[in-house]
Amino acid sequence: MLYQNHVDLGARMVPFGGWDMPVQYSGIINEVKAVRSASGIFDVSHMGRLNISGPQAGQFLDRMLTGSATNLRTGRARYCLICNEDGGVIDDTIFYRLGDGEFLLIPNAGNRPAVVEWFSRWTETEFAGGVQIDDRTRETGLIALQGPGAAKLLDSLCRISGGELPSSLRFFAWGQGTLGNHEVFVGRTGYTGEDGFELSMHGEAATSIWNSLMEAGALPCGLGARDVLRLEAALPLHGHEIDPETSPIEAGLERFVRREGNYIGQPMLASQRENGADRKLVGLTLPGRSAPRAGYPILAQGLEIGHITSGSFSPTLDTSIALGYVLAGHSEPGTSLEVDIRGRTAAAEVVTLPFYDRGQ
Amino acid sequence: MSPDDRKYTREHEWAKLDDADSRLVSVGITAFAQDELGDIVYFDLPNAGDNVSYMVKMGEVESVKAVSDLFSPVTGRIEAVNDDLVDHPELVNDDPFEAGWIMKVTLSDLAELDTLMTAPEYDEYIGSD
Repeated sequence: MLYQNHVDLGARMVPFGGWDMPVQYSGIINEVKAVRSASGIFDVSHMGRLNISGPQAGQFLDRMLTGSATNLRTGRARYCLICNEDGGVIDDTIFYRLGDGEFLLIPNAGNRPAVVEWFSRWTETEFAGGVQIDDRTRETGLIALQGPGAAKLLDSLCRISGGELPSSLRFFAWGQGTLGNHEVFVGRTGYTGEDGFELSMHGEAATSIWNSLMEAGALPCGLGARDVLRLEAALPLHGHEIDPETSPIEAGLERFVRREGNYIGQPMLASQRENGADRKLVGLTLPGRSAPRAGYPILAQGLEIGHITSGSFSPTLDTSIALGYVLAGHSEPGTSLEVDIRGRTAAAEVVTLPFYDRGQ
Repeated sequence: MSPDDRKYTREHEWAKLDDADSRLVSVGITAFAQDELGDIVYFDLPNAGDNVSYMVKMGEVESVKAVSDLFSPVTGRIEAVNDDLVDHPELVNDDPFEAGWIMKVTLSDLAELDTLMTAPEYDEYIGSD
């Protein structure tokens, strides 16, 4: 729905998860710097919007998710994982509690069909008649406004219910608001490691809201910058750090996994937490600007002990950074390792995550 | 429009004759290539004194998003490599045809340049690419 806008702005479009998405506008480094110092906007309409309702909606999500839905208060949001019986990650998601028996769940673009199929397996059996899943993805737009200037910028344009300012929302809270003549769902969440908001609106309002945010000073940013920003903040990307063969314990996401609870994957995850995982996700920094890319081998004294899942030059830290899996004995911060970069061995050091923390 | 004082390859490199008597050319990548790559952060280049061959890989260029091979547009001996690119690889984004030159090469055979595309041919090539 925002396609023509992006093309008019000179964006380079690429196919992604069945959508044509802008990978960059003014340049990835420029866009990353804008989000770290001011504010940027991203069209993330490709991400899913699943409305989940019904008398058993909370219990259903408690069964599907590593985080609890029934103990989440209306007005709040939570990040967690959707796991299979083996504890592997089908998807990671942010979900919002809209009301007593109503939730909004945001799956990744490419995983939306898999999540819908997985959920239906349970809505048609264990929860038959108690839960309704309504896929609102195609009729709505989703725009992320991110950066230290995001709250002030949105305050100048938008009011949430009761005339409150968007900046009054706490992190991982949401409100229903208006921006110009349009209704907008405002969630104070994001995927960049900065303060920010994700705004959901009717499809026809997306262009107008995008333009209002741009005119107020937010820089249009593409998926390329989004990927660098999330990597600097060490936020996982499904298909890279997490997938159906990888558990959240291995990925260092224990804090988003309930210890107890009758959710799918719990027995396996509890056992892994107890006994420790064989491999761990680590952060690596490498001197210089040449970055390891997904799949490159990680070595310890010449022996392969893991592989890179994501890597990039970090404009914020002015060095190369990467995430990857290593055998558990090699995961302590300070450990010296090597990465095989297309046949060239480069020194790498295990560091404490995240690479970038806005609190610093 | 690409500058017409030099020749071009299908891999988006250019070669410009600096001095016919000494068969010295400058070599770089085109404006089209740098735009496709996006922000360039790193060059892996050969050294002065090394030999390069037409359309044989001579190094790598890395942007924030991806790594690409660099192919030599000519055959000959490297006389100089642009040291400014070590600390400022973005020079190639900013000025791919002048300050962002990559290396200088003494051609084995001056006539090799005749086999490369002219500027109008290259512009047509990227227009239909």
